[in-house]
Amino acid sequence: MPKSHAGVRALVLGAVAVLLLAATAASPPRAPREFRVCADPNNLPFSNKAGEGFENELARLFARDLDATVSYDWLAMQRGFSRKTLKTGSCDVIMGVPAHYDPVLTTKPYYRTTYVFVYRANGGPRITSLDDSALKHVRIGIHVIGDDYENTPPAQALAMRGIISNVKGYRIVDDYSKPNPPSHLIDAVAHGDVDVAIVYGPFAGYFAPKEPVKLAVVPLSQEVDSISGMPFTYEIAMGVRKDDPRRAAMLDSLIDRERPAIDSLLERYGIPTLPIRVARSAAAGKE
Amino acid sequence: MHCRVSCSSEVRPRQDSGVVPANSHASPNAAVGRSRGILHGQAILAAALAAAMLSPPMISAQSQKGGTLPPGGTDSNWVTPARTYEGTRYSPLNKITTDNVSSLQEAWSYTTGIKDGHEGQPLVVDNTMYMVTPVPNKLIAFDLTKPGPAIKWEFSPPIDVASYGKACCDTVNRGAVFSNGLIIYNVLDNHTVAVDAKTGKMVWRTKLDNVETGSTITMAPLVVGNRVIVGNSGGELGVRGWIAGLDVKTGKVAWRAYHTGPDKDVLIGANFKPYYKSMQGKDMGVKTWEGEQWKLGGSTAWGWVTYDPETKLIFYGTSNPGVWNPDMRPGDNLWSTTIFARDPVTGQAKWAYQMGPHDMYDYDGVNENIVADIPMNGQTRKVIIHADRNGFIYTIDRTNGQVLVAEKFKPTNWATKIDLETGRPVEDSSKATHQGKLTKDICPSASGAKDQQPAAYDPETHLIYTPSTNLCMDYGGIETKYIAGAAYVGAAVRMYAGPGGNDARGEFLAWDPATGKKVWGITEKYPVWAGALATAGGVVFYGTMDGNFKAVSAKDGKELWKTHFESGVIGNPITYIGPDGKQYIAVYSGVGGWMGAIVPGDLSTDDPWAALGAVGAVPDLKQDTKPGGALHVFVLPGS
Repeated sequence: MPKSHAGVRALVLGAVAVLLLAATAASPPRAPREFRVCADPNNLPFSNKAGEGFENELARLFARDLDATVSYDWLAMQRGFSRKTLKTGSCDVIMGVPAHYDPVLTTKPYYRTTYVFVYRANGGPRITSLDDSALKHVRIGIHVIGDDYENTPPAQALAMRGIISNVKGYRIVDDYSKPNPPSHLIDAVAHGDVDVAIVYGPFAGYFAPKEPVKLAVVPLSQEVDSISGMPFTYEIAMGVRKDDPRRAAMLDSLIDRERPAIDSLLERYGIPTLPIRVARSAAAGKE
Repeated sequence: MHCRVSCSSEVRPRQDSGVVPANSHASPNAAVGRSRGILHGQAILAAALAAAMLSPPMISAQSQKGGTLPPGGTDSNWVTPARTYEGTRYSPLNKITTDNVSSLQEAWSYTTGIKDGHEGQPLVVDNTMYMVTPVPNKLIAFDLTKPGPAIKWEFSPPIDVASYGKACCDTVNRGAVFSNGLIIYNVLDNHTVAVDAKTGKMVWRTKLDNVETGSTITMAPLVVGNRVIVGNSGGELGVRGWIAGLDVKTGKVAWRAYHTGPDKDVLIGANFKPYYKSMQGKDMGVKTWEGEQWKLGGSTAWGWVTYDPETKLIFYGTSNPGVWNPDMRPGDNLWSTTIFARDPVTGQAKWAYQMGPHDMYDYDGVNENIVADIPMNGQTRKVIIHADRNGFIYTIDRTNGQVLVAEKFKPTNWATKIDLETGRPVEDSSKATHQGKLTKDICPSASGAKDQQPAAYDPETHLIYTPSTNLCMDYGGIETKYIAGAAYVGAAVRMYAGPGGNDARGEFLAWDPATGKKVWGITEKYPVWAGALATAGGVVFYGTMDGNFKAVSAKDGKELWKTHFESGVIGNPITYIGPDGKQYIAVYSGVGGWMGAIVPGDLSTDDPWAALGAVGAVPDLKQDTKPGGALHVFVLPGS
């Protein structure tokens, strides 16, 4: 039972948690109780096997509230991730998915973040908008994703502006034997391989301060790009199995209750955040 | 189709090729396993058997109307993926005929216990059958002299489990090849392994790429002379595609050709002469891209490789270009969706032909290129026949890459025709795709009018028998996706039945490559995702995703026999002579692969975009079949 909080609400929450965790245990009985997380073992600032990501910390926080310990099913977060982890029952929660991400049931969003520009603070191109004409001339680095019928929003937004030959693609599914593959793009800015990166905020906010040169991290002025129609801000929720609405409701309660702790956690990891707009859980009303 | 072996000392079967049983007696006058008559008694059986094992070169050369057998190949064996170098999947065996096939019975079967898709085909060498399973890519040897299934040994290769998550379209494997006493095949984690065919011990293992970068290998290698030809998969993860030639005895990489980048990387030199102008010039693998996009240019080689002993060229195709979004890669994007002709010894390219300049539909060009000499307008033409994902079947002069015939074989609307002057498709601009823009009713769908499942060529009828798919797609829409912690936006692809509706999502058809016309077709409910086998008995075999395995007449497609398996068929049938002198047919069941991923993956039908749109194409498949792999062997009773 939760120890640090008193009151009826906490007790109810605790009771729900006991129920849910017990149900998970099934046979053979699992003791002590576990908060079972599906996570990528090599993907800071989100998670890694050493438990250094903010999603690791958040899992520990929630587990503590539930009087449980965290256990993991580790898998590189690539195609089939939720199918091979969450859906098999080997774990119960994905700590970060876009709100209303279809393959899973999502909780209410617990943060909203944005794509950013990253450039050298000294002498870098001071770009804040996709419509900045400087983008036609500087060397731009972006993440790209194979040919899975999809690409990152900056890839499309630049392509539709005819900005192509000065764009260098960095594979988000990069060499997984190296730490945190998506961070290679931030390294490229620091090393001067590109002048500016247009990159998902959490990567930039976390890795830019660790580089040997000072980098500027500037949110895009566009929330949705009118030329490409691409969204550049995302609300992030947690994901559970579609037939597990009670767990989603429990997580919704924990998100509400730990709001201040979540905010300070995100800040500590440098995650750029924006005010959450849609605070509704996809699970709401789906008992 | 003459003079194959005798024209090429390099591929002459040798008596010391490691397939001669110690107790066999060579009989130069024996009928080389074609065994037209009925066998009586042990003596005749033994003689036929010995002949089948040995296959003296001269007789073998003359007898092989359906193509050239590699060393160790006999009429009764099946030692290379498509039986012949030419990729014909035609056997001169004729004990099973249109008259008696209806009494075919299952002799034995073996359940693998693996529920992923079972593509490819087994091999038969020296009374032993070899099967490569999907991941974990076990090699299983069955003793055919004992009542089946009699496992001789199992070989489990080392395998990096990280590769499981990288393969795009189920963790399939398309089979092994026999050469020099070795069974050689690819493991998903980018290794080629060679295993002693007799003992099951690993002889060599070569790492060809890094699984951490997203590359995998699923294709079946081909051995030509002393080269093992292997190519990679993984275009959907933005890898740079390649094909390589390994030394058959040591596994050492002798050459590797990339499919994007400067000529020196592509192994394009002075002897390279593409037929069409838009493919001529220096470093076209760089110039037909903007900036450095070619470095992530995909263009892998995960399909079948064939070989023509006469021109001494290998033929294979490359996949779609990377990265997916076509708006990001203006230009023709050479050498994606391209058929290459190369020297197998050096890897040097002789010619190339790109089918889909600036592909925007995911029409990989990896399907098999069947080598055949066909009568056309009173002449015999040396061609390759290639049924592409893009909806056209190409008949191409294999000496120079000139397209002779290119006609639609399934509903196709992204292009009206192939311009034979330029070699380029005449495209319908209203079907062009852009991320974020909805383009409706594109036919065929990304999965293609036909995928890798190979066709067969019959040298008697000069027809190919090919599986096909009748699906169309909507491309576009905006969907939030998620990889590696980064939210990004996907262009969803929805696939659905083409003209004819859900009862006609597949067809098995006979095609005349000389005229570019369909001769007959058998409509199937689901895409036909299994390969074909043609035989001198006039019987053609294929399987369906809902679990039927059928024998039809080569002449008119009339159904002669069928049986039903618990799981659907996406494998390729083979035929051979058993130690008892009888003709056997073997095939895998075990639905899966890209189109069948809904069954083993137990994917939800409420997400029609799953498995790259395949779930939406066959949402009902889960009701009609179950996951689970098996090997099935059939024979006529008595005889």
